[in-house]
Amino acid sequence: MSETLRDKAAVVGVGATPYYKRGRSLPQTPFELAGKAMLAALDDAGLTVEDVDGLALYSFGLGGDTSLFAQVMGIPEVRFTAMLTGGGGGAAGSVGLAAAAIASGMATCVVSLMSLQQAANRFGASFAPKKRAAGAQYAAPPTPEGNFIQPAGLVGPGQMFAVLTQRHMHLYGTKREHLAEVAISTRENARRRETSIMRDELTLDDYFAARMIADPLCLFDFCLECDGAVAVVTVGADRARDLPHPPAYVRATAHGGHGRWGQAITWMGMPEEEFASSGHRPVARRLWEMAGSGPEDVDVALLYDHFSPMVVLQLEDYGFCPVGEGGPFVGDGNIRWKTGTIPVNTHGGNLSEAYIIGMTHVKEAVEQIRGTAVNQVDGAALALVTGGPASIPTSSVLLAKDVSS
Amino acid sequence: MTTAQLPPAELIHLVPDVFTRPFWEAAAAHRLVVPKCTTCGTFRLPPSAFCFRCRAQEVEWVEQDGRGSVYAFTVVHHPVLPDFADSVPYVPIVVELPGTNGCRLVGALQDVDIEDVRIGMDVELVWRDVRDGETVPTFRPAVRRSS
Repeated sequence: MSETLRDKAAVVGVGATPYYKRGRSLPQTPFELAGKAMLAALDDAGLTVEDVDGLALYSFGLGGDTSLFAQVMGIPEVRFTAMLTGGGGGAAGSVGLAAAAIASGMATCVVSLMSLQQAANRFGASFAPKKRAAGAQYAAPPTPEGNFIQPAGLVGPGQMFAVLTQRHMHLYGTKREHLAEVAISTRENARRRETSIMRDELTLDDYFAARMIADPLCLFDFCLECDGAVAVVTVGADRARDLPHPPAYVRATAHGGHGRWGQAITWMGMPEEEFASSGHRPVARRLWEMAGSGPEDVDVALLYDHFSPMVVLQLEDYGFCPVGEGGPFVGDGNIRWKTGTIPVNTHGGNLSEAYIIGMTHVKEAVEQIRGTAVNQVDGAALALVTGGPASIPTSSVLLAKDVSS
Repeated sequence: MTTAQLPPAELIHLVPDVFTRPFWEAAAAHRLVVPKCTTCGTFRLPPSAFCFRCRAQEVEWVEQDGRGSVYAFTVVHHPVLPDFADSVPYVPIVVELPGTNGCRLVGALQDVDIEDVRIGMDVELVWRDVRDGETVPTFRPAVRRSS
C-alpha cells in the first residue's frame, strides 16, 4: 500500500472561547479571541506556546496574519504556516493540513483555529451590496463573474443553497419535514449543553410557524450568527501518546473537489450529475480510500451544517444512504443521538450550538473519541468531521480512538 | 395571489472585463449572446479566458433566443438587508439554455404568481434596463404560441 497520512498524527488539544451571539464578543478583537482559544487548546494538550511551530489554517481563521500572531504570542520559531484556499469548506481539512505538515517533517506541533466576529460583517449577506447615500458601496465588490448571479438578487449563501435544495426536492421528493428533522434533532442535542446559544425546545409546529427566508429554507434551517474562537492542536502520533488525553488519531483526510464544481453556489453551472449535492463526493471517495473503511464504520458524524439541507446531502455524498434517499433517511430518525444509526452533530452544530465556521465540529469529534462528550456516543471509536459544502475545496477528516491494525 | 417583484435595480452594478464585455454590450442592445469555442464547439457561461474542455481561447458569439426552462429556483421572502425590504418576494431562477451543452443563465422571474413557479416551466428572457448602458437578463413565463 502506498504511503499516506493515515494515523501519522493526532489531535491532542482542543480549546475555545465562550460562544457569543453576533457582536457580543466586543470589545475583544478577533485576534485576541484567536489567542485565547490557542492558549486553551495548548493547556488542554499539556503543551505551551513554546512547543508550537506550525499553523495550519483555513478561511483567514486567525483574524490576522501569522506574522503578527507569532510576534504577539511569542511563538519561538514558525516552521510551517499555510492556509487552505477557499472558505468554510476547509474547516476539517485544516487538521489534515496540520497532519501533512507533521508527517512530512516540516513541523512538530501545529495549531489550527478559527476566530470569528460578525459585528461588522454579516455572512448572511456575504454577496450583497451595501447602499450608501453617495453611490453604492459593496460588502463584496461586484466581479465580472458575480455579475452573472447578483442581478437576480442572489446575495446571501442561504438563498443560494435554497436553489440547490429546490433541485434536490424536485429530483428526489425531499420534503420540508426532512429539513425540520435536521433542525429539531440538532436542537435536541444543543439543549443539553451549557455552551449552546440555542437551548429552547424546537417543535415541528415552531418550525413550520417560523418565517420563510428563501423557499424552502425557513429561519430554523439557517445557522446562527456568532462570535468566538476554537483551536485544536495536532502533533505526531508517537508524541501524542505521552500527553494527558487519549489521542484522536488522524485516520484519514481529504480536501478539494471536482474542478467544474468550482465556485458552486456563486456560479450555478455545476455538472448536472452533482448539482443537487454537497460537492463532497470526490473528497469522500478519497477519505474512505485512505482510511480503508467506510461509512458503516463511523460512530458519530459531525457534518457542517450552515443550512439544514446540506446535512441531508452530505449523508448521501458520504454514503450513509444512497443519493436521493437522504430525506427519508433523516425522517426515519437515523441521525438522532442514542437512538439513530448514525448520530449527527451531537454538539448542536452550527444550527443550534454556535457557528464558528465548522471548528466546533472538530472539537466535538475529539471529545467523542476521548469519551468526554456531553452527548457521548457509547464506545465512539471513529468520528467523521466535514467542512462546509461550498466552493472548492470542501474537506473532511476522520478521527480515530486507536491506530488501525 | 402574490406577484413576484424584482430585486432593486440600484444595487446592480456591472463591471465587465475583457471576456464578459461582449455579453453585456449585446445585452444593452437586447441581444443574448453566448460564447462558443471556435476550436471544439463548447459553449461556456460566464464568458471566460479559456475553454474548460480544450483550453483554447478564441470564441464566436452565438445569438440565442432567450427561451429555456427553469432548472432550479428559490423564492426570497425575507430581505437580508434593509435595501431589499421593498422588493420581496422575488424569484431568482437558474435557466438552462437549450442547445448550449448545459449553459445556465441566472435571473429574476417576473410576471408570475410565486405559487406557480416550478422546475421545468418554460420561460423567456426579458431585458431589464438598469441604467444607461447597463441591461441584465430577467425572465417571465413563456407565452404559448399556437403554431
